Amino acid sequence: MTTTGDTQGSFAAGRPERLAEFEQRFAQERRTKRLWSVLQVALFTVALAASIVVSDFNLGGLMNGLPKAWNYIAGTLPSLAFETLGADLAEWYWGLRFWLRLLLETILMGFVGTVLGGVVALLLCFPASRNLVDNTGIYFVARRALEFLRTVPELVFALIFVFAFGLGPFAGVLAIAVHTAGALGKLFAEVNENVDPRPLEGIRAAGGNWPMLMRLGVVPQALPNYASYLLLRFEINVRGASALGIVGAGGIGQELYVAIRQFEYTDISAIMLLLIATTSIIDITCETIRHRLIGQNLQAGH
Amino acid sequence: MSTITHGDLARLRRTHPELFSRPLGARLKTWALWLSFVAAMAFGLWWVDANPMRIVEGLNKLGLLVRLMIPPHPGGGLWDYVHAMAETLGMAFLGTVIAAVLAVPLGFLGAKNVMPNWLFHFGLRRFYDGFRGIDGLVWALIFVSAVGLGPFAGVLAIAVGDLMIFAKLFAEAIENVENKQVDGVRAAGGSRTHVMRLGVFPQVFPVMMSHVLYFFESNVRSATILGIVGAGGIGLQLSDRIRINNWQEAAFIILMILVTVAVIDYISSRIRARLIDAAPRI
Repeated sequence: MTTTGDTQGSFAAGRPERLAEFEQRFAQERRTKRLWSVLQVALFTVALAASIVVSDFNLGGLMNGLPKAWNYIAGTLPSLAFETLGADLAEWYWGLRFWLRLLLETILMGFVGTVLGGVVALLLCFPASRNLVDNTGIYFVARRALEFLRTVPELVFALIFVFAFGLGPFAGVLAIAVHTAGALGKLFAEVNENVDPRPLEGIRAAGGNWPMLMRLGVVPQALPNYASYLLLRFEINVRGASALGIVGAGGIGQELYVAIRQFEYTDISAIMLLLIATTSIIDITCETIRHRLIGQNLQAGH
Repeated sequence: MSTITHGDLARLRRTHPELFSRPLGARLKTWALWLSFVAAMAFGLWWVDANPMRIVEGLNKLGLLVRLMIPPHPGGGLWDYVHAMAETLGMAFLGTVIAAVLAVPLGFLGAKNVMPNWLFHFGLRRFYDGFRGIDGLVWALIFVSAVGLGPFAGVLAIAVGDLMIFAKLFAEAIENVENKQVDGVRAAGGSRTHVMRLGVFPQVFPVMMSHVLYFFESNVRSATILGIVGAGGIGLQLSDRIRINNWQEAAFIILMILVTVAVIDYISSRIRARLIDAAPRI
């Protein structure tokens, strides 16, 4: 920043007044930028101070809380000895069969919820695409509906559905499906808005009606992207399904909740490790499939 | 223009059979895929006990609930709700900031161009990925249990839940730094500090900030529900109102959440758009 000083002399010899003008502009721009930076830092500091006040965050609490949290996490680890490894593992995972059943339920909830939500999203995404509907009213209503479904947290839907449909995984599936419909509907609509309009014109010229236009013009182009988003959502939903049990909507969350509430320390780590393993496997599998799908799409585009 | 005759068709069918009917193997594969998909779906629906009776009954009850919710009304607790909402925003902000600050060194540690050892890099990245498997609400449960009820547990839950994702995203941002600008600063005689400040920082900072803002948005959403397990914020009020069947107030709180989230999203997406414009194209 200051290293340019020596070279300015020879460079400026011919046009001193232009250089002066430049220097002035530069100083001015710099002042404005500094002012903005100071303002941003000040705003950030105010926001941070306000958050610290409202969330009861204090250094004493942190100093007290962190060792407690650490002890807690350390306490969940089982005592494994090398000599009795088999027996120790068996004791740690005493409920494995039961937990695996609940894990299966969690995955199924994620799967069924994603598919049902995906179907609704597929129906709603066409009226929510700017380029596919002429009627602004329909477009507006579809967009707002998707926004509503997406913004209400999944867990709030779960709380309400547990009330209406009773305890158990069915309420969880519905909560996932409703939230997924909103989230995927928006992404699908964005895909639709980016399709090539030429095939649509072809179908319109051949006398196709609106559903034909969607089915034969839009869907074939957008399908790989739909599938990719659907898989991504499936990953997210399995993770979400693992928490829904906390409000009684099925899956492994219920068991984890009980373990945490009753201080069954080693159960907590056992279930959490199972969850991490499951979601990692699903993530890696879905990622592989997604890359293949998108790869195909790129080839088709060329 | 000439039209296609039956003769043309027959000839095309002979020369390009694959265009008229796909090979049996490929067709069987498609069918098998669809069949297993339908079977999995049917099994799932059976498992969660989704029968028409239940759906009709549930929808009736849901209709009743919606009627009970209208009109949404704050009751006497408007001020409590506003305070709880402020707490929610504070939790999200503080949690995001803490996670972001702690993630910077972890990001450098996970970047390929900083730590070139393949095994170390791969192992660390998988470790970062693994943490994503735990939902924020589960972290909240654990921290409530460890440090007690209240927003402090919520802040910790958000910070821990985001830390590893930030670490991964930051590592990617650092890996994407273009060397030309770094070389430029070095060629102009810049010291190591200059290289970091003028070569690396301007490339990395806007990307990091845009991630942080995006996560702040998403954390506001998740912070609204952390209260359900006792970790502070508006979620506690909401689950209480639902528990005591006060649906008008519950509906009011849900509307409050919707409006707050919409406002935060709008502001944050405006800032992000500016940041992305400022970021150098990679």
